[in-house]
Amino acid sequence: MTVIQARDVSLTFQTADGPVHALKDVSLTIERGDFVSFIGPSGCGKTTFLRAIAALETPTAGTLEVAGMAPDQARRQRAYGYVFQAPGLYPWRTIAGNISLPLEIMGFSRADRAQRTQRVLDLVDLAGFGAKYPWQLSGGMQQRASIARALAFDADILLMDEPFGALDEIVRDRLNEALLDLWKKTGKTIGFVTHSIPEAVYLSTKIVVMSPRPGRITRIIDSPLPRDRPLEIRDTPEFIALAQQVREGLREGHGYD
Amino acid sequence: MTESAIPLGPGVLGRGFGRALPILTVLLAIVVIWYLAAVWMNAPWVRDQAARADAVLTASDLIRQTLTLERPVLPAPHQVAAGLWDGIAGQSITSKRSLVWHGWVTLSATLAGFAIGTVAGIGLAVGIVHNRAMDQSVMPWAVASQTVPILAIAPMVIVVFASMGVTGLLPKAIIAAWLSFFPVLVGMVKGFRTPDAMQLDLMHSWNASRAQQFWRLRLPSSLPYLFASLKVAIAAALVGTIVGELPAGATAGLGARLLSGSYYGQTVQIWSALFAAAILAAVLVMLIGALERLTLRRMGLAR
Ligand SMILES: Nc1ncnc2c1ncn2[C@@H]1O[C@H](COP(=O)(O)OP(=O)(O)OP(=O)(O)O)[C@@H](O)[C@H]1O
Ligand SMILES: [Mg+2]
Repeated sequence: MTVIQARDVSLTFQTADGPVHALKDVSLTIERGDFVSFIGPSGCGKTTFLRAIAALETPTAGTLEVAGMAPDQARRQRAYGYVFQAPGLYPWRTIAGNISLPLEIMGFSRADRAQRTQRVLDLVDLAGFGAKYPWQLSGGMQQRASIARALAFDADILLMDEPFGALDEIVRDRLNEALLDLWKKTGKTIGFVTHSIPEAVYLSTKIVVMSPRPGRITRIIDSPLPRDRPLEIRDTPEFIALAQQVREGLREGHGYD
Repeated sequence: MTESAIPLGPGVLGRGFGRALPILTVLLAIVVIWYLAAVWMNAPWVRDQAARADAVLTASDLIRQTLTLERPVLPAPHQVAAGLWDGIAGQSITSKRSLVWHGWVTLSATLAGFAIGTVAGIGLAVGIVHNRAMDQSVMPWAVASQTVPILAIAPMVIVVFASMGVTGLLPKAIIAAWLSFFPVLVGMVKGFRTPDAMQLDLMHSWNASRAQQFWRLRLPSSLPYLFASLKVAIAAALVGTIVGELPAGATAGLGARLLSGSYYGQTVQIWSALFAAAILAAVLVMLIGALERLTLRRMGLAR
């Protein structure tokens, strides 16, 4: 079943220095349960595309459908959870308080909130940290808490914009494993922006390579890797070949400059 | 997380003393300069008197007399302290000579004006943040209101209210509110706008209503700004109240005390009232500071 459908989506920002073509004729189909990574050089429109799906930006041309609806309607129906690059937890709320914030806004009952908060805390391996304040947690733990917050209301789609960008390699590996695990358990559709080729290859069922000026898709690579992926899969020839393909795609995009 | 135990004993006293030392040094310097100034400023009068009486003044006579005059140009610190002590502790608190009574009159109008000003400031800030038209129209008027000298406004307010038969607390509270709403307005507009684009986007992604966004994001983010503005506002309210007590006719309040002191050349009374007002302001600001620490600690914002 198709969850996200983009047809010739373009998005132009009008700025003081003239128009910026952040996206140009982007077409992409994302199926239910896909794990799609967006990779490309800075400024190629990855964030813009994710935000357009989330109805935080509006395309200037083309059609975009999320869960069979216009993106803004999908947003109103709380069809997605969005994870930003920074955790953005409220410093005056505990971790549990932060996670139940969207639940309060959406009108879940108190008992339901407590139960869901507990469940997602377990899911991101933060059980026992609910009563702590954000500043008492490491950066990686805070980012996991922000993922838990996006998961709490059980939207089918999870959109993540470089969620692990600011973390070191080892923490990142652990979180990648945890994310895959979570994806398998929940069967969600995930859109994931990254700058790292290994991360994209390790996580995705579909890798979207983009290039800038104007922002567009240069390659869409379907991963032949199995859904069960131990970290060691990164040393297999299939993995290395796939990474090679992504690297070529990125180089192709640069050829225009 | 373990709370570090609070060490007791000489360490604490030493640290407290270490922190107090600079303050005490400055205080001492002020007192010394004050005494010197009192001698210097009162000396002409004392010399004059001596010349009239054909008395010969020794240096120590001169100093003693300059510091004990009934109506000095500048009273010495111990005279002010004595006047203050007499006004606070030496009178029954219902007496018109009691600084506690006058202080209460001023304090009640200050608090009323502060409350009105705070509510008005927050209300206008909410409007400015949520309404484009208000955003563009309110601020210039608010600024204009503060550029009008309060000394010119205050008597008019008093007179207008008096002509309607309203005297006492309310007109003074209005003047206090006039001065105190402004810092609250400026601080809260800034405070309500502190949430960054990402936090607002998050709220938007959850399809939060504007009310939810206000109560759950804008208001809590603005609290540090609120307390900073409240400290300025309460001091401004006190100034406004005292100015409101200056116009002729007022018989109660620290402002009236200041004015009657100056009518009758009672400089000790003027200075005592001034210090009473300063102490009142300091206590009020400290109370807000305590409330701030308590609130921010409960919110987990103070570490
Ligand atoms: N709000 C905006 N107003 C004007 N221009 C914008 C805006 N947001 C993005 N852009 C421009 O659109 C282009 C694409 O930006 P976008 O943030 O989507 O890139 P990105 O691929 O996410 O880059 P990065 O990897 O650095 O995050 C850039 O040229 C950027 O300057
Ligand atoms: Mg980006």
